[in-house]
Amino acid sequence: MDPIIKVENLSKQYRLGSIGTGTLAHDLTRWWHTVRGKEDPYLKIGEVNDRTTLGDSDYVWALKDIKFEVQQGEVLGIIGKNGAGKSTLLKLLSRVTAPSTGKIICHGRIASLLEVGTGFHPELTGRENIFLNGAILGMTKKEIASKFDEIVDFAGCQKYIETPVKRYSSGMYVRLAFAVAAHLEPDILIVDEVLAVGDAEFQKKAIGKMQDVSNNSGRTVLFVSHNMAAVKSLCTRALVLENGVIAFEGKTDDAVSFYLKGGSNLMNSRNFESLINHEIFKLHEIKIKNFNKNIDEPIVEDEIIELSTEITLTTEHPENYSITYHIFSELGEPMFSFSNSLNASLKTGLNNLVCYFPKGFLQSGQYFLSFFVVENRKNAVFVEKDILSFVVVDAGRDIGVYMGREPGYVRPQFEWINKT
Amino acid sequence: MSVESSKYTFTIEPKSRLLDINFREIWRYRDLLFLFVRRDFVAVYKQTIFGPLWFFIQPILTTIMFMVVFGGIAQMSTDGMPQAVFYLAGIVSWNYFAEALKTTSETFVTNANIFGKVYFPRIITPMSIVISKLLTFAVQMILFLLVYFYYLFFTDASLHPNIMLLLIPVLIIITAGLALGLGLLVTALTSKYRDFRFLITFAIQLAMYATPIIYPLSEIEDKRLKLVILSNPMSSIIETFRYAFTGVGSFSWGALGYSFGFMIVLMILGVLIFNKVEKTFMDTV
Repeated sequence: MDPIIKVENLSKQYRLGSIGTGTLAHDLTRWWHTVRGKEDPYLKIGEVNDRTTLGDSDYVWALKDIKFEVQQGEVLGIIGKNGAGKSTLLKLLSRVTAPSTGKIICHGRIASLLEVGTGFHPELTGRENIFLNGAILGMTKKEIASKFDEIVDFAGCQKYIETPVKRYSSGMYVRLAFAVAAHLEPDILIVDEVLAVGDAEFQKKAIGKMQDVSNNSGRTVLFVSHNMAAVKSLCTRALVLENGVIAFEGKTDDAVSFYLKGGSNLMNSRNFESLINHEIFKLHEIKIKNFNKNIDEPIVEDEIIELSTEITLTTEHPENYSITYHIFSELGEPMFSFSNSLNASLKTGLNNLVCYFPKGFLQSGQYFLSFFVVENRKNAVFVEKDILSFVVVDAGRDIGVYMGREPGYVRPQFEWINKT
Repeated sequence: MSVESSKYTFTIEPKSRLLDINFREIWRYRDLLFLFVRRDFVAVYKQTIFGPLWFFIQPILTTIMFMVVFGGIAQMSTDGMPQAVFYLAGIVSWNYFAEALKTTSETFVTNANIFGKVYFPRIITPMSIVISKLLTFAVQMILFLLVYFYYLFFTDASLHPNIMLLLIPVLIIITAGLALGLGLLVTALTSKYRDFRFLITFAIQLAMYATPIIYPLSEIEDKRLKLVILSNPMSSIIETFRYAFTGVGSFSWGALGYSFGFMIVLMILGVLIFNKVEKTFMDTV
């Protein structure tokens, strides 16, 4: 069967800098080339979109030679760091802007949830906005009227339907907007980060609706999100975009771990061989990873985490010393400290101290470790702040459950007993 | 439904052919056109006490002002028509043109937000503006008719409505076309270079004086000056409008034909350039 979306050598070039007389000169050159039937000279230049390094060219390729196909009924995840080209790709697909070269062939109606609530007019009532928004998204009045009750029901705002939407709470506003888009019945639905908004109950509804859309009606969904848990549980296949090119295409699980590995500028392990030489110890290496996993794999929240410290003590009295770590959240809040002092004592010579965090103890997020060497369990003889930083990622969750982040940083699995 | 036979199959490509208007698609979005018109018309006066009365207040005050300044102080001729009828006729027709032009010429800039998120045929927006301004015009027309009938039936002013009244729809179409064509042209140009935006407000103001609104065309003696005034396609429209209702003023098929031709050229040019810009304007707006 033919793919429902076929993307061929798609590229999109953007010009950097502001618009002024310089751009007018380029416009004129471009026009002069077109008049003589020549190719646009500026399409030959441009560089890969790596925003961290300063380029020489005013032109940059936000997307370069993208090629992929989507089959009908597929839920394709598109993941990538900010600036990898995800939004540009969606913009091209939803025809907000045209590509510089290449083409997309689409067999069906595309609706995008690029940002819900597009075209909502604050002065109009919920009812009026449902019709307006539906029409903007390509529905006819008849189609909207036939789904009106369903939409209102889904959004849960019967009471407010005759009130201008500017009086709505932001959650209600988003719910209504999503409800309209979700009932659009397009052949291809583009969803971008909608899950970032709304409360847990609504998220559940929204994900359920997306599932419904793809499972029951054979419709195709393109899903862009930073929420790896949602991507994992919804998508059948995923693309990883990196600097405007497809870096990986394949099974969702593989794509997610490819993305997490590639995207880290983190220090899951650090070698200190010649850096930290104290009079009583030499620190060799600290590393953190999932138990039984390799160091280059992402740390997943629902598996045991192993922190190992390789240190050589040169003092004759190792029993006086212990190692303490402080752990900080990504906002820099101290969370707790832990030490080997009561469990495993140090010896003179090489020590390999390993500490295990139970499953699910650390929630997804980024953490920082500070390292202390403590004498007689009271004074620190050595302190190194932020010696290691690491990221814990969400595990895939069951479909239908809450996909957002739980509150706090720890999610310990306590013992529960039903005593009845 | 088989994938191949979908009626929504389309290709997204960098460049379109010169004149590539998908009329079928525009027709499919007709409900959107209607809803935009409704939105523009309804939303303007929400949360006001006088509501649609504001449509009346503006032309009434302008007319009174003109009567005082140009009719009273400057003693300018009104071709023997009652001043209120003369000025109001000019103001109401000119207002339609000016408002439609001004708003359509801002299409890309004011709608960048919505255009940046969803696709629909962009031309729907300027079309909806021209239509919603037409509704305003219709409301103001009622005001004009009230004043007109007062003078026709209750005073002995010399008003001679004639067969040219049948041309009123044509005048409206030409006005709408002129505003749309020019508006499309300007909005396409302003999407990248904002210079025109400053020009247009100012140009509309000046153009009003180059149109026989506060003076009748017959008052202009100088041949060259008359030619300049007549080169403004709105001149013959306003003159014809007045002539149809009062039987006074200058009417010529030639001048009206000129306006019509001007409108066609402007429309083609406007649509061409708008079409070229609409695909990628999001990158430059």
